[in-house]
Amino acid sequence: MTAIKVRGLTKSYGEVRAVRGIDLDIQPGEVFAVLGPNGAGKSTTVEILEGHRRRDGGEVSVLGVDPGQATREWRSRIGIVTQNADDKPEATVRELVTHFAGYYPAPMDPDEVMDRVGLREKERSRVRALSGGQRRRLDVALGIVGRPQLLFLDEPTTGFDPAARRAFWELISGLSDGGTTILLTTHYLDEAEALADRVAVVARGQVVAQGDPHSLGGRTGGQATVSWRENGERRSVRTGIPSRTVIELAERFDGEVPELTVTRPTLEDVYLSLIEETP
Amino acid sequence: MTQSGTAAPAATAPPMRLPSTLRVGLSRARLETLLFFRERTAVVFTFAFPIILLVIFGSIFDGVFEGTGISFSQVYAAGLIGAGVMSASFQNLGVSIAVERDEGTLKRLAGTPMPPVAYFIGKIGSVIVVAVLEVAILLVISLTLFGLRLPSDPVDWFTFVWVFLLGVTGSSLLGIAMSSVPRSSKSAAAIVTLPFVVLQFASGVYIPATQLPDWLIGFASVFPLKWMCQGFRSVFLGDEMAILELTGSYELARVALVLSAWVVGGLLLCLMTFTWKNRRDG
Repeated sequence: MTAIKVRGLTKSYGEVRAVRGIDLDIQPGEVFAVLGPNGAGKSTTVEILEGHRRRDGGEVSVLGVDPGQATREWRSRIGIVTQNADDKPEATVRELVTHFAGYYPAPMDPDEVMDRVGLREKERSRVRALSGGQRRRLDVALGIVGRPQLLFLDEPTTGFDPAARRAFWELISGLSDGGTTILLTTHYLDEAEALADRVAVVARGQVVAQGDPHSLGGRTGGQATVSWRENGERRSVRTGIPSRTVIELAERFDGEVPELTVTRPTLEDVYLSLIEETP
Repeated sequence: MTQSGTAAPAATAPPMRLPSTLRVGLSRARLETLLFFRERTAVVFTFAFPIILLVIFGSIFDGVFEGTGISFSQVYAAGLIGAGVMSASFQNLGVSIAVERDEGTLKRLAGTPMPPVAYFIGKIGSVIVVAVLEVAILLVISLTLFGLRLPSDPVDWFTFVWVFLLGVTGSSLLGIAMSSVPRSSKSAAAIVTLPFVVLQFASGVYIPATQLPDWLIGFASVFPLKWMCQGFRSVFLGDEMAILELTGSYELARVALVLSAWVVGGLLLCLMTFTWKNRRDG
């Protein structure tokens, strides 16, 4: 059984067609990233999957249930990480984790959850005394305390410094190793590349590309760029057979080619060209 | 397709039982009460305000109504008990739920298996604790400083209990409905408090209704506060002071009717207006 299956999803706000026929298949245990610019229909899609928003058309199945008919039992099997653990500034970390555990049929031990997200030392701290990164860890703690089979993470590292982001990625990888299916939305391509097994790029309400982040948009096949220096100026050619080009250059220079590089488009290049293409 | 070692046993195991709505509701009531008393702004504006006003008004106006043994401060005390109940319920919920909606707390809760009813059990439970404490403190001050007398007739105590319960419930529901009016958490306190202060003056908390213009009384008669105060005055001031009331009577039947109507109407209003999303969520 797929964890998430979406066929022909549509949603309009008045005249604006925010989602125009999205299909997705996400397998159990997979980390799946949804990339896309603001207003692409990314948040609307995820909110429909979370059962927070009604759809206009299409079929949606999340853990075998239509989120439009969400039950408590279904809610106990999913976790949603939102970005607002600062809304109860006077509560302590332990109080919130223990309280949320009480919503679920078979929650994790609060100590274990706090260990997992690295907040055990802060268990007696009031929420207002936590740093931004620690608050986001608390958000994750509240999202996973019910042992979800599927976790939704909405732009989890926005505003993090690089070290905090690396540490957060390790936390998410750890959850995934435990078998949790994760649906991640993000603006950061390096984040998608580091965490996701597969990514979908959403633009103008549609999935414009989908696949493994390393080969997305024909990154591994297709054209590479070979550059070098010759007669004092930088030269480059785009080619589908870069190895042959390098051999020819080596023969021509009879040895070392000055300042030789072979590059393929980065995920960012691919992403930007995908979202810029006209509909 | 993939074999996932951890998910498979969970899928075949018998479904675990979800915690009961009552249990989650009581757990929420505990958390809400705890956090209310840790939040300094709420404690000062919601809890301490009626108490401070009682001390100030009771101390400034210490005269006695001619021909009776009842002092102005005793009349304030009875009225401020009503205002205190409304502050602990209407103002408390009107502001706190507006803030929770704006900051995404409600949306987060809606994404968990918490039963929606448990949220309201938590709110009402915490309001009852706060209101009982509020009234207890107002009573102790009134008894020790301003010579208020506790009623000796069990009938009066019965009136006290039903006025309190109907008043708390109706005002809470009105507060929950009011929480949908402010557009942001920043404006919530001002938008909820201003009409409440106006209502206190119009309802004869500070100035006896006999000295208020008719239109103001007509306005106040629509809301629960006037009737709650009237009910509490009947309990603490005795029959002879009914001359201070507009009709020369405490009209307890009418008090019961209007407060009950607010319980029903307030509930309908909440069902029509309550939303877990804020304006940005659309």
